[in-house]
Amino acid sequence: MIGDKILLAHGDGGLLTHELISNLFLRHFENSILKTMSDAATLPLEIEKGRLVVTTDSFVIKPIFFPGGDIGKLAVCGTVNDLAVSGAVPRYLTASFILEEGLPLADLEKILTSMAEAARMAGVTIIAGDTKVVERGNADKIFVNTTGVGLVPEGVELGYHRVEEGDVVILNGNIGEHGLAVVSRREGLEFESDIISDCTCLNSITQDLLFQYKGIKLMRDPTRGGVATTVKEIALATNKDIFLFEDRIPISDEVRWAAEMLGLDPLYLANEGKFIAVVSPQEAPDIVAALRRLPQGQQASIIGEVKKGQGNVFLKTSLGATKLIDMLAGEQLPRIC
Amino acid sequence: MAYSARQEEAGKIISYQVKIQGIVQGVGFRPYVFNLACKYGLKGWVLNSVSGVTLEIEGETAAVASFLKELKYHPPRLARITAIRLTPQDPQGYASFEIIKSECQGEREVLITPDVAICEDCRRDILNPAERRFHYPFTNCTNCGPRFTIIRDLPYDRERTSMSAFPMCRECEQEYHDPRNRRFHAQPNACPRCGPQIFLVDRNGREVAGNWAERFRQLILAGKIVAVKGLGGFHLACDARNPVAIGELRRRKKRPAKPLAIMCRDLDTVQKYCRVSPEEARVLLSPAAPIVVLERRPGSPLPDNLAPNLKSLGVMLPYTPLHLLLFDGEVEALVMTSGNLSGQPLVKNNDEALVQLGEVADYFLWHNREIENRCDDSVVKVMDGELQFWRRSRGYVPSPLEIPAPPRELSVLGTGGEMKNTFCLVKGNRAFFSQYIGEMSSEECVAFYHSSLASLTRLVNIVPQVIAYDLHPNYRISRLARELPAEQLIPVQHHHAHLASCLAENGLQEEVIGIICDGTGYGTDGCIWGFEILRGDFCSFQREVQLAYVPLPGGEAAVRQPFRMALAYLYQYFGHEGIERYRNFIPCSDKEVALVGKLLQSKFNSPLTSSCGRFFDAVAALLQVCRENFYEGQAAVELAELVRGGYSESYPFEIRQGVLYPAEVLAGILEDLKRGTDKTLIATKFHNTLVAMVCQGATEVRAKNGLNKVVLSGGTWQNPYLLVMARRKLTELGFDVYYHHQVPTNDGGLALGQATIAYWRSAACV
Ligand SMILES: [Fe+3]
Ligand SMILES: [Mg+2]
Ligand SMILES: [Zn+2]
Ligand SMILES: [Zn+2]
Repeated sequence: MIGDKILLAHGDGGLLTHELISNLFLRHFENSILKTMSDAATLPLEIEKGRLVVTTDSFVIKPIFFPGGDIGKLAVCGTVNDLAVSGAVPRYLTASFILEEGLPLADLEKILTSMAEAARMAGVTIIAGDTKVVERGNADKIFVNTTGVGLVPEGVELGYHRVEEGDVVILNGNIGEHGLAVVSRREGLEFESDIISDCTCLNSITQDLLFQYKGIKLMRDPTRGGVATTVKEIALATNKDIFLFEDRIPISDEVRWAAEMLGLDPLYLANEGKFIAVVSPQEAPDIVAALRRLPQGQQASIIGEVKKGQGNVFLKTSLGATKLIDMLAGEQLPRIC
Repeated sequence: MAYSARQEEAGKIISYQVKIQGIVQGVGFRPYVFNLACKYGLKGWVLNSVSGVTLEIEGETAAVASFLKELKYHPPRLARITAIRLTPQDPQGYASFEIIKSECQGEREVLITPDVAICEDCRRDILNPAERRFHYPFTNCTNCGPRFTIIRDLPYDRERTSMSAFPMCRECEQEYHDPRNRRFHAQPNACPRCGPQIFLVDRNGREVAGNWAERFRQLILAGKIVAVKGLGGFHLACDARNPVAIGELRRRKKRPAKPLAIMCRDLDTVQKYCRVSPEEARVLLSPAAPIVVLERRPGSPLPDNLAPNLKSLGVMLPYTPLHLLLFDGEVEALVMTSGNLSGQPLVKNNDEALVQLGEVADYFLWHNREIENRCDDSVVKVMDGELQFWRRSRGYVPSPLEIPAPPRELSVLGTGGEMKNTFCLVKGNRAFFSQYIGEMSSEECVAFYHSSLASLTRLVNIVPQVIAYDLHPNYRISRLARELPAEQLIPVQHHHAHLASCLAENGLQEEVIGIICDGTGYGTDGCIWGFEILRGDFCSFQREVQLAYVPLPGGEAAVRQPFRMALAYLYQYFGHEGIERYRNFIPCSDKEVALVGKLLQSKFNSPLTSSCGRFFDAVAALLQVCRENFYEGQAAVELAELVRGGYSESYPFEIRQGVLYPAEVLAGILEDLKRGTDKTLIATKFHNTLVAMVCQGATEVRAKNGLNKVVLSGGTWQNPYLLVMARRKLTELGFDVYYHHQVPTNDGGLALGQATIAYWRSAACV
């Protein structure tokens, strides 16, 4: 390969493109389907039982490397988790790349390595992809799009329609880590101890839980907009009120302190290894207990309750007051005098 | 001959119809007229009419003249007569004087009076062992007692108050129907036999045996905290002379620094602890009996943790018989802070108290009369002999203010601000303020808001057609406003509302210069404003001068932590080097410096502000006066406490193209700090600088626009030195200066400005 940076020629379909694909992409994502190098991948899927689900997501995160992950790992976990919280077993991914001229090849290699690693962990196969190179300044280093295909097993049915008054809301662990890790790296903020992104694939946990507990009615991953926004979306979609309990929302001391310093509300910070589950109150304690036995669920907790209402989310604060939780309208401007 | 003619004249029977307007209903006016007529042997009648009180009076010329004179100059304590119209008529030959049942046609325009502090007569009654109301905590009469806090609906009759649960005994009934009795038509009339009762209970709601008042005082002297249900809600009481009890109350209420108000047994006790001017004494003893912010006597034997770092102290006198009975020879000063959890409204029900205050209070002194409308204590300050409202609530609400109104009559609601919220209903030239609602940070406060709005709408009979609200995109109150039913919703910029509030209460309508010194207000450019010189009227405004923007590193966190503002100002004017060079003056850790520095550099979560409050914060932090605000405006208040009079020096500054640049102010302060200049002098110079900025800014606006009237509004004008000095200097420069004296200059007065702007925009502006 020529040089150590992405050139425009890497995207012109010629020799360099061919080299890039076979030396880098195929090497990392190696599998029998991809190897055929056909225009379209043929999926050996049996879908007599269960349902096929598809999701897609684009990743433009800045910085592309952050404590606990990079854009590649994120691109896999993000899409895998969207499948996972839909109740699906993720099976295949496609991956498309838009590369900025000048991207160090070493960076690209690092990203592909962690993508491949994440895909392996999640048990998904990358079966198709595409690469384009744009002129310097027309993209920011690297953009990744992933599309995921998964299979929802028979008998698993998640959805807003199943949510009832009296159900409880479970969260599998500490909030805000991804959002803060990214922000602090991007803005060059240093905290006492590094805050590490929680970026991880959740499908093995969700699959096990869904197999065992039929009282799980809905799952969502609280990514962009954080727990607050996701819970608000659930409330709106179900037209019920959800009460969250500040004291029960798991959060590490470092995140709490850092969020305070930056003036950010952790409830609105993005997570990439968390899911929210709305479950029947009877099964909730067992589910939490089961989660707590897993490494990604040690801080699992019942954080809220579904009540009759009109799509509002309320936070019961540790001081005993009730606060209305809304989606963010732009910046969080100070209200106090 | 002449002599006998005059005698004949004097003996002549004359007759008048008299119409009286003003606050003349629900204040014992008719029995007063009745008794006055009897005193002079006059005949006729009196009745409550739609527009006030109407009476006919006839008798000998001299007697009628004396009657009218006394009516005019010595009306009942609570009455306020605005007009007396006399129409002479032929004598009707009345045989007696009577009180006639009220007219009931036409639109009701009866004003509900505020709650009134216990009168002298009732005080005598409850202290007299021979009286049947001896030590009875719910004693009242036509001249005193609960009003607003017990009213459910109009007309104001006992059955529509929370006294409806207590049917009067025979004796009380007799008093109620006897026009010669002080308790004639006193709706809350009660006695120990038939009225509400008081109970002292523990945290489990179990009654404590013994005399409640004696037991209460024993508990207080033992350092206990007792929740006391009063007129408009619960107070948390402890011995104001016991620093340990105060510390414990602060800890339990999670209120580390905010000054606590006290209630003193009597004026002599107040004078023992504080300096009291004759005007301040008058206000303390007035029917409204507010908390008056007084200056503590140096070396006064009250603990410092009542009001840490402050020379001032909020003091009130017992305003109900219940409060009066809390004191004796030993218990002479009680902390009486509002009984609520942080961010929540005042507790008003007994069961609510056990739940909400169960971990704060050791005991509860409560009674079985429901509070219909919660109402916090009012807080006032006498400045230069004039009353200034810091919080207008109990004792004043719901008395209306008169304001200028356009000819087309409309009903308007100003929904108020996010902090120190009050709302304001306007119809024609009357503005009715709600009681203090407080911070709109919890849904409990939102519920309080809704119930107060429903209640005031009913009591003053104004259903708003137009609703005005603050522009701030994240205000809970503005969201609430947008959800209310209305024909028209009008957003109003925060500081335009401050300007209009001051215009309205001063009866002005024309374009003026508005000098707004404030904490936080969302600007039309999306930045946080707070130190602006505006030009405007009810219809529109222009920003003529502003303090240069600086970032708020961390947004709201920068409001809580003044040291961030010190860093922001240093960074803004001297860069990172400046922060390093003056590191020693900034009260924070290296970690904090590094992080806030990074925020400033990256501009992350750092909205821009021209806030005057934040400017104070920065200086207060540099002077190591305050690194963290535990209550709103703490740093500014503590900085203001350092100021001393008789010192005129100030720091230089610059105004370029309508922007005030304080670079040299900071440089000067830092220079002074390095030289070890006394902080009181630096603080004074800083205040003088602000006065100079205001004066120069106003002068420039006048030169451009020829306006000569100046209104001062915004929370910063609560600063006594600033207000007095700015007023004086601006007056010296030939300006006509107007400021607040009927509504708070802080956000507690905002609703009036919002409402008047919406009113004019909807009814009069082109
Ligand atoms: Fe304000
Ligand atoms: Mg996604
Ligand atoms: Zn009385
Ligand atoms: Zn009685």
